[in-house]
Amino acid sequence: MAAPMIAEWSWFVALAFGVSFIKCLLINAYHSTDFEVHRNWLAVTHSLPVSQWYYESTSEWTLDYPPFFAWFEYGLSHVAKYFDKEMLVVQNLNYASPATVLFQRLSVIFTDLVFIYAVKECCKCCREDKGKDLLGKSSFILATLLLWNFGLLIVDHIHFQYNGFLFGVLLLSVARHFQKRHLEGALLFAVLLNLKHIYLYVSPAYGIFLLRCFCFTQNNADGSLQWRSFSPLRLVALGLIVLSTFAVSFGPFIVKGQLQQVISRLFPFKRGLCHAYWAPNIWALYNIADKALSILGVKLKLLDMSKFSKASMTGGLVQEFQHSVLPSVSPLITLICTLLSILPAVFSIWRRPNGARGFLRCMVICALGSFLFGWHVHEKAILMAILPLSLLAVESKEDARTFLILSTTGHFSLFPLLFTAQELPIKILLMLLFTIFSFSSLTKLFSKSGPLLNSVEVAYLLGLVPLELICEFVYPLTSWQHTLPFIPLLLTSVYCALGVLYSFIRLYLSVLTAPSTTGKAKSQ
Amino acid sequence: MENWSLVSVCVLLGLTTRWAVSFSSYSGAGKPPMFGDYEAQRHWQEVTYNLPVQEWYFNTTDNDLGYWGLDYPPLTAYHSLLCGHVAKLINPAWVELRTSRGFESAAHKLFMRTTVLFADILIYFPAVILYCIYLSDGSSKRKVATALCILLYPGLILIDYGHFQYNSVSLALTLWGIVGLGLGWNLLGALAFSLALNYKQMELYHSLPFFCFLLGKCIKQGLMGRGLLLLVKISLTVLVTFALCWWPFLSDPQLILQVLHRLFPVDRGLFEDKVANTWCSLNVLIKIKTLLSRDTQLLLSFALTLLSILPSSIKLLTKPTLWQFKLALVNSSLAFFLFSFQVHEKSILLPALPVCLMMNELPLMAVWFLLISTFSMLPLLLKDGLLLPYTVTSLAFLYLGVYLLSALDRSPEEELRLGSCHKRMQNYLSKHNLSLLVKCSFTVSLVAMAGLSFTSVVLEPPARLPDLFPVLVSVFSFLHFLAMLLYFNLVQLTEPSSKKSQKKTN
Repeated sequence: MAAPMIAEWSWFVALAFGVSFIKCLLINAYHSTDFEVHRNWLAVTHSLPVSQWYYESTSEWTLDYPPFFAWFEYGLSHVAKYFDKEMLVVQNLNYASPATVLFQRLSVIFTDLVFIYAVKECCKCCREDKGKDLLGKSSFILATLLLWNFGLLIVDHIHFQYNGFLFGVLLLSVARHFQKRHLEGALLFAVLLNLKHIYLYVSPAYGIFLLRCFCFTQNNADGSLQWRSFSPLRLVALGLIVLSTFAVSFGPFIVKGQLQQVISRLFPFKRGLCHAYWAPNIWALYNIADKALSILGVKLKLLDMSKFSKASMTGGLVQEFQHSVLPSVSPLITLICTLLSILPAVFSIWRRPNGARGFLRCMVICALGSFLFGWHVHEKAILMAILPLSLLAVESKEDARTFLILSTTGHFSLFPLLFTAQELPIKILLMLLFTIFSFSSLTKLFSKSGPLLNSVEVAYLLGLVPLELICEFVYPLTSWQHTLPFIPLLLTSVYCALGVLYSFIRLYLSVLTAPSTTGKAKSQ
Repeated sequence: MENWSLVSVCVLLGLTTRWAVSFSSYSGAGKPPMFGDYEAQRHWQEVTYNLPVQEWYFNTTDNDLGYWGLDYPPLTAYHSLLCGHVAKLINPAWVELRTSRGFESAAHKLFMRTTVLFADILIYFPAVILYCIYLSDGSSKRKVATALCILLYPGLILIDYGHFQYNSVSLALTLWGIVGLGLGWNLLGALAFSLALNYKQMELYHSLPFFCFLLGKCIKQGLMGRGLLLLVKISLTVLVTFALCWWPFLSDPQLILQVLHRLFPVDRGLFEDKVANTWCSLNVLIKIKTLLSRDTQLLLSFALTLLSILPSSIKLLTKPTLWQFKLALVNSSLAFFLFSFQVHEKSILLPALPVCLMMNELPLMAVWFLLISTFSMLPLLLKDGLLLPYTVTSLAFLYLGVYLLSALDRSPEEELRLGSCHKRMQNYLSKHNLSLLVKCSFTVSLVAMAGLSFTSVVLEPPARLPDLFPVLVSVFSFLHFLAMLLYFNLVQLTEPSSKKSQKKTN
């Protein structure tokens, strides 16, 4: 930090190395069942022919990612065999020898190189004041916010997943759009969709943006669409890239007539409205409202106690949640809600694209909208909004404010992922590390124009401290721990849902009230 | 970013690293009947919790001194007692007399690790931060960078959070002593260092510089006037501190003798295991342990130690500045490590502490020394299954030292601080060549360390020489330590009475 600039990017290398060292130290930490999921996929892709990949069901963790990810695992498995061949046997369920752990952890750490490269490309797109102190440079802050992101660290390197690599592809594609290399960006996004289909949630932003800003080459003077500037050639190029990517990915399965099977593995609608831990979204609030109304109803003798199923009291532990007062929610309704929530934002970038930054904003809204209203949302999906929002946070004060609220609540809602006593200190330490850095650096960055957060927001965020103390230190000592073990999870997700919802509304306001004049300047 | 946030980021990084290292195994995990230092610490909790103070250091039916008998001074025992009380609250089985022997569980490991972390947070971290803010030079960022490097020194982390011991407590107390003396709070310094001595007798390695520095200060103020008053105050502080620590044992001289006998076990031999000091390395060539009688060995080691610390102590006495004090601390503790009787490989942490404090002034040498010191404990670390944290923390420390302190791109005069000696050397070596020579030897030494670490892990030693790699490691480290001792002595003795050093007084 204090060294003179030896080379221009030496600080970036130091940041990347630093976080990689931390990742290596976490190799022996707790890992969730996702570790076994990925080990199983290594075994499936390594020892079975392609035609069997989506049919194999020895393990309960069947392959439910798109084909490119399966090929990615296939590639990894060819390195894995030099570590421990036993991990590549499908029948070795829950196999976790030290060599297997080492290999799987290292594979995450090394594939994160994609993420590191993508972050570097993003940092190059930063608008920068020259000659500033390193710690006050927006590219430095952005690199730290992304590379040292708390959520990625715990989800990938403790809980175990490959999000770093996947977000690397996403951020790289965003950076390419910033650099006006749209075809490359489109290709990367198409590849990403075939790696993990959860990114479909942000595809509306991509589709509309490419159509509007790439296929139409010119705007009117006021930034609105000039219909005559449509370029069919560009549309064909775009379509060709996307279609051929999908053809490479799904082609073999279509030829074998397995498309139906693959699709049914990718979209398992049998799961419940909320994931085992409630993600902090609208449905968490909806569930809690339902619970409150039913208790109120019983108290006021408006409802008959016997009508409720017993299971509804253990919500958060079972997959299906029975609503007792409010109408139950079907997947279709969540889909409609999601679409309705992102429609205005998508429409707005169609009207006034506001350049790549407008697109990025729309993408964050898509991610947040689907997080808030989607079916069976994982709490980890909040990273899809937090990471891209980091790019905006270092450029405007209002976005920085939204980012601080969203990242703090979103990251806090990830706490229940790590429930082991051994990892309790590490998650608190890493969270503090990230939060203190983000608050102090962003405050310093925008120090000219007063404090970032108002007192209500500060009070809300400080409320997380007693919440954590109650959930993890006080509550386990009480007798309710055995009768009502889900209360801390419920409190966490309801409390965080408020912050996420608030950030969503703030983002929406920023889109809808954006001055159209800036749009004219940037979209040229 | 504000300074407070930089400091808190540093502290959090230090804590995160420590806790992440603590996931690894500890000494003697699952190895009955004796287990390791982890069991020793747990056993002390058991003994101190269940037995009356008078029995702690005696062999009784309830206290088998052959099984990890208490052999540290009273303060350690009180610390164990405190931990024992907490353990009793959480799970009485952890400190049950006799039946708890060799108790191991995930929860207990967590508890033990937490006690180390608590001690660190309470005394070690504040001392380091205080030292860096008030007693090191440079911009505020430079200070924070130094603090980060000190906090991430791998040797201490690996021994305390991997192997399992409470070294940071005695080292932190010493550091409080240094901070106290550096800031001119002499009584606080004397108090802190007395506590350190009462926590771990190995702190005697640091005692002569403390004594000389304080005495030198008194002499400077005039032994007839204010100096005498200061001397009396300091002596009283030390005496009272010792008296308080030893209070339960003072009633019976027999007790005191027994404790002292436990603290200085002369009959355990010149050295144990493979340690990178003179005697063990000499043993490769001459079987010194069998050649000389026990008493001759004792006398020889005592004479050599005294001889090697005398010059630096005298220099410090005549010139009591903080810079001289730090150098004397290094020279004295390193000399003790190399020449004294019954040295453990972990005792290298004692010289490592003052070397840590030089990271700002002599970054290259300090980083070099600290890496070697970690490397010298490799056989122990491998035995405890700490290969992964050893590799990661050492590499991280090397990178950090080179990047943050820019250890490699300073001019040789500035870097080596050899003063007048440097001018004489310039007759033979140009400035450029000297700098190149130092950097080359640093690189060669790093490569050798990496190579030796790699071969120790991967290769099987030949059947005739089962200890080949540990011996190679310790001889290699010993040669470095010897050279470092000469170097640090040279720096201390040739330091001219310039303004630069004057500035550092108090």
